[in-house]
Amino acid sequence: MTPDTIYGMTGIAVFAIGLAGALCAQDRLRRMLALKLCSVGAGFLLVVAAWRRPPDVPDPVPHALVITGIVVMVSATAVALALIRRLQTLEAEDAD
Amino acid sequence: MTDPLILFDLLLAGSIVALAVAVLSVRDLFTAIVVFIVFGLLSALAWARLAAPDVALAEAAIGTGVTGALLLKTLHHLRHFSDGQTQDAARDLTAVQPVPMGVTVANAAFCGLVALGLAVAFLGAPQAGPGFDALVSDAMPHSGVAHPVTAVLLNFRAYDTLMEVVVLLAAVIAVWQIERGLTEAPAPALGMVWAGFARLTLPAIVVIGTYLLWKGAEAPGGAFQGGAVLAAVGLLLLLSRLYVPQPSHRGLARWAFVLGTGVFAGVALLVTGGGRVAFQYPPEHAKTLILLIEGLVTISIAVTLAALFHGREPVALNAPESRHDT
Amino acid sequence: MLDLVAGLLIALGTVFFVAGTVGLLRFPDIYCRLHALTKADGLGLALIALGASLMARTPGEVFRIVLIWFFVALASAVGGHLIAAYARRMDRTREGSLRHD
Repeated sequence: MTPDTIYGMTGIAVFAIGLAGALCAQDRLRRMLALKLCSVGAGFLLVVAAWRRPPDVPDPVPHALVITGIVVMVSATAVALALIRRLQTLEAEDAD
Repeated sequence: MTDPLILFDLLLAGSIVALAVAVLSVRDLFTAIVVFIVFGLLSALAWARLAAPDVALAEAAIGTGVTGALLLKTLHHLRHFSDGQTQDAARDLTAVQPVPMGVTVANAAFCGLVALGLAVAFLGAPQAGPGFDALVSDAMPHSGVAHPVTAVLLNFRAYDTLMEVVVLLAAVIAVWQIERGLTEAPAPALGMVWAGFARLTLPAIVVIGTYLLWKGAEAPGGAFQGGAVLAAVGLLLLLSRLYVPQPSHRGLARWAFVLGTGVFAGVALLVTGGGRVAFQYPPEHAKTLILLIEGLVTISIAVTLAALFHGREPVALNAPESRHDT
Repeated sequence: MLDLVAGLLIALGTVFFVAGTVGLLRFPDIYCRLHALTKADGLGLALIALGASLMARTPGEVFRIVLIWFFVALASAVGGHLIAAYARRMDRTREGSLRHD
């Protein structure tokens, strides 16, 4: 057993958990958290793909891709959370 | 088992999966967010173990730190506006109908199948197949920097990074449009100790962020990690109300948002000509150009992330907002 | 020899972290838990930082470890204070609303 197998399976498990959460969660914020889990799971697989048995150095291209992915995900999260805030305020106004 | 660290890996992997389950299964949303932050930090630790310190830094600073702040701010907003109603009434507002048990089971089975397929594909894939290692190490001497990840981000695959900065810009534009005229939940009062803490740490954070940016040329670090740390300065200033966004600062903020994208694209276009294509820096100036781009992109990232945290565009309070169409 | 001392210090620091975590899980209310966490983890962190700085190769590394120790200790103290103040405020409002009812 090597770290890449262990963390690769971890990534797949986290992705599947996030996917299940995104499908089943009722609460919007919780669904956002589930999607974040999916993105971290995908990041795990890319980082694992870049890993080389030491003393070899890892492949830098997937690392750069994951960093790009993390920044894109924070942008998407910010927009999604703004939509959640807006929707909730509109619903509260309608309920009044 | 030759490596005793394998035990550590197994423990860490187990806790990461358990925390992922906990994020979705705990009742309280605040707890879920805190568990998510712990999950993100442990993932960063796992990535550091997989010899990816740049990714670990980015995940800890942006994927966990900034995202956690955004999530907590949203939760504060939601709680404030569902005040007075009980927790159940607030939930009724969003959740329309309970999902039938069968649907949940079907979804779980489907996700299990996806995971199984992925696992079979992953285990069957060739281990440590040829990647871009050789290509990158051949091209490193011409890149202008000594750290491969920075070379990939700002030289070899600079188009990706340019688009990433554009995505950040698009996000802040979208957030300003969505939040137009939205009433803010009042910021919580944090007290004297917090204000002292903010004053004490602010200069240190500025130094650490700049250090991360500067170090990125030869070691893990760089524009995104440095920018996220500098964004923490913005968060501290906003939370301690040492800085309150004014409508008159919007122009400056807009310039700061587009600064990174503008300089990045500008440099890409300026180096063209004489047989070179966009982003093909002349080798003797590569380091200067990369540092110029990184420095200005860092400022843009920091201001943009802080603005994403603040959310609403600062508008004058007496300006009539024609948002109420009821 | 130095490595052995460093290892011992780090192991001792880990013991304090475990003690703090046990306190977090076993203590009855939020104030006791905070007390266990901030006290035990502060000491554990200091021991681990000391052990790590014994293993550091250059003075620059020692300096960075000291900085990390300082800021983590500061952040945990301020975080503990904020959580305790918030819990106290919540308790007061709960008591207040009970008295008014």
